[in-house]
Amino acid sequence: MATLIDLATTPVRELNAALHAPDAEAGAWRVLNPRGAHAVACGIRDDLGVDIEGHVGYYCAGMNQRATVTVHGNAGTGVAENMMSGTVRVRGNASQSAGATAHGGLLVIDGDAAARCGISMKGVDIVVGGNVGHMSAFMGQAGRLVVCGDAGDALGDSLYEARIYVRGAVRSLGADCVEKEMRGEHLAELAELLKAAERDEDPGEFRRYGSARTLYHFKVDNSTAY
Amino acid sequence: MCGIVGLHLREPALEPRLGELLTAMLGQVVERGPDSAGVAVYGDPRLSPPGRAVVSLLGVTAAEAEAALPGAVAVTADVTTVVHADRSVAGLLAAVADGLPHATVIGSGTGMAVLKGTGNPVELADSFGLAGVTGWQGVGHTRMATESAVTPEGAHPFSVGPGQCLVHNGSFANHATIRRELRAQGVEFDSENDSEVGARFVAHQLAQGADPEKALKLLCERFDGFYTLLVSTGDSFAVVRDAIACKPALVAETADWVAMASEYRALDVLPGIDHARIFEPEPEEVYVWRR
Repeated sequence: MATLIDLATTPVRELNAALHAPDAEAGAWRVLNPRGAHAVACGIRDDLGVDIEGHVGYYCAGMNQRATVTVHGNAGTGVAENMMSGTVRVRGNASQSAGATAHGGLLVIDGDAAARCGISMKGVDIVVGGNVGHMSAFMGQAGRLVVCGDAGDALGDSLYEARIYVRGAVRSLGADCVEKEMRGEHLAELAELLKAAERDEDPGEFRRYGSARTLYHFKVDNSTAY
Repeated sequence: MCGIVGLHLREPALEPRLGELLTAMLGQVVERGPDSAGVAVYGDPRLSPPGRAVVSLLGVTAAEAEAALPGAVAVTADVTTVVHADRSVAGLLAAVADGLPHATVIGSGTGMAVLKGTGNPVELADSFGLAGVTGWQGVGHTRMATESAVTPEGAHPFSVGPGQCLVHNGSFANHATIRRELRAQGVEFDSENDSEVGARFVAHQLAQGADPEKALKLLCERFDGFYTLLVSTGDSFAVVRDAIACKPALVAETADWVAMASEYRALDVLPGIDHARIFEPEPEEVYVWRR
């Protein structure tokens, strides 16, 4: 039996306080009428399941640890930003900066993600069913970004060690981001990520992109690229 | 920050609810711009009766305006005074310049009124009587000032051409350069505000024969900085974002209306939102809807 919270009558702060309580009801929570509210289900530290029935605003499931949060709608800016672990799934589209700076866990966006998806990602895995906007994985340091559709301009700009897999077209690559060989270990990790995201694309249809590692240290020849 | 809301009605049956819907939308973006606000309303019969010239003014009372402008009717909305008269817009503007030299014109045209003020946007909407306003199109803005002072004059929309309005979230970096260039071409400015430069630029292009698509494409070429803009005229409603889509924007569209807002929660108040097509405008792509 899910614990039901209706945001038409309960403030978001009360919802989040209930989710943060040391004795929070383990198991399922259902959140009704989010109506684009910000910071819904932020900062959870426990193994809870939260289903949000509708569209959410900014920073939904930010800083998530261990919980499984599902948005049955669209998400605004910064969904799952700084996530540490757990799973966040958006059934619709996500606005910009999805999974920004996230250290761990899995973020799945069934629809499209807008600009700067995975900006400064630090270990999170992100699987996007549709397209991603410009400057996705900008300054990505660790983790994997999987895009089943197309990628916008400047993919992987100033990338460190995050790995990017794209099935469709890439409009352009950012500074120091290059296509790399798809070896056996990459097909294997991609298959695992697609399975975790409950997707059935063939890993063989994807291309891999990563850092050329020429911007790590200052070189005067690169001064215009920094 | 700053918050933008706009509603372009396609279904005439919704026109009596324009002000009510715009008020609800504005109330959802108060935190984005709590220091001042403004709205432009197209088609309200009390503020802008059909066929009459309308001029929106700051710095004068309704009594002063009616005394100085024989035959004109003045309506008070917070610190704004809206004046309408059975004459040409140019004629009414000339009479204002002559009889009310201390007034600031914040909008002019036919079929459109601009209302601005400082303070909490929800209280301002109440003071404007916005919920009772009717019409076919409305735009609103809540301002968090970054480039110039918090005054009614500095609130958006900036309406500097006939029936035209521009609201802006962001900041233009090269506004001083463009202001100098426009001044050299004879364009006059009311303030040092960066958004006014955007409005003057668009009005200048429209006056030279450009359509809204062309004017906004030229703006993208010429202006540096961050911007989401909502630009309206007597028959159109247009949205554009800067090259990296720095500032938020969402559009929702149904058979009955097109709406734009900085955040989804401002769209959620609209009837039929559950069936709307919702999307984020692409960077530097100009979206225009016509009446």
